[in-house]
Amino acid sequence: MTAKIAYDDVEVGTELPARTFPVTRATLVQYAGASGDFNPIHWNEKFAKEVGLPDVIAHGMFTMASAVRVVTDWVGDPGAVAEYGVRFTKPVVVPNDGTGALIEVSGTVAAKLDDAERTVRVDLTAKSAGQKVLGMSRAVVRLA
Amino acid sequence: MALDQSFVGRTYPPTDPYEVGREKIREFAEAIGDTNPAYTDTEAAKALGHPDVIAPPTFVFAITFKAAGLVVADPQLGLDYSRVVHGDQKFAYRRPVRAGDRLTVTSTIEAIRSMAGNEVIDIRGEVHDEAGEHVVTALTKLVARPAEES
Repeated sequence: MTAKIAYDDVEVGTELPARTFPVTRATLVQYAGASGDFNPIHWNEKFAKEVGLPDVIAHGMFTMASAVRVVTDWVGDPGAVAEYGVRFTKPVVVPNDGTGALIEVSGTVAAKLDDAERTVRVDLTAKSAGQKVLGMSRAVVRLA
Repeated sequence: MALDQSFVGRTYPPTDPYEVGREKIREFAEAIGDTNPAYTDTEAAKALGHPDVIAPPTFVFAITFKAAGLVVADPQLGLDYSRVVHGDQKFAYRRPVRAGDRLTVTSTIEAIRSMAGNEVIDIRGEVHDEAGEHVVTALTKLVARPAEES
């Protein structure tokens, strides 16, 4: 476990480098195969609309996986993540236009939790098409 | 119809072991577009102090969600899965999941409640390795929408 960010170098309010993650229909097909979640709302437009969705939507777990990359890319070691939780508030709608959608993620150190454990809490914000798609998105990460 | 509160606290038998493969980790990392070498390069993972390549933090959900399916499909509980959406997801890690792990999941119903006509069910999945050591806890909140809204 080797984080590249030192606990002592971080303060409450420290901003992590923001990232934008593209997601297309092809991304969703690939994620469905990799995760084993073949729910048709993630790849079948006709089905998605029949159940009242505006279009195919990204797997919530894909959005969750993308958001935490702001933390793991910052800290270097993905094994430094001690806790991670999100609420799925709005779907990421992925149109079949070859461009798809963007998930924009930013993160801020919200609290220094434990000087001995060198843990901090990072609060994440994830948006797509101007809407917040995750709520209560928080990770606890152990720093160097 | 409200779900039966007597199911709160019910624990389901542990799943058969799931063996975490390095190619499955690679496939998952590629699917989320994550090029961190800790997922694919054993030497890079070792340089970070891990014995082998590790999985991205949310990889374990595929295993815990399948285990939660035992609960969801319990005919006695009577959850209508066609109306279920994923509300919240949390993980608490003892250590990262890594290639070669043989993981079992034990699911417990933590809470059942009705909120604004929805049935909300909290499932805790405890993930252990072959040695019986705790690896990660997954907390999954499922929300079943009422039938009349379909």
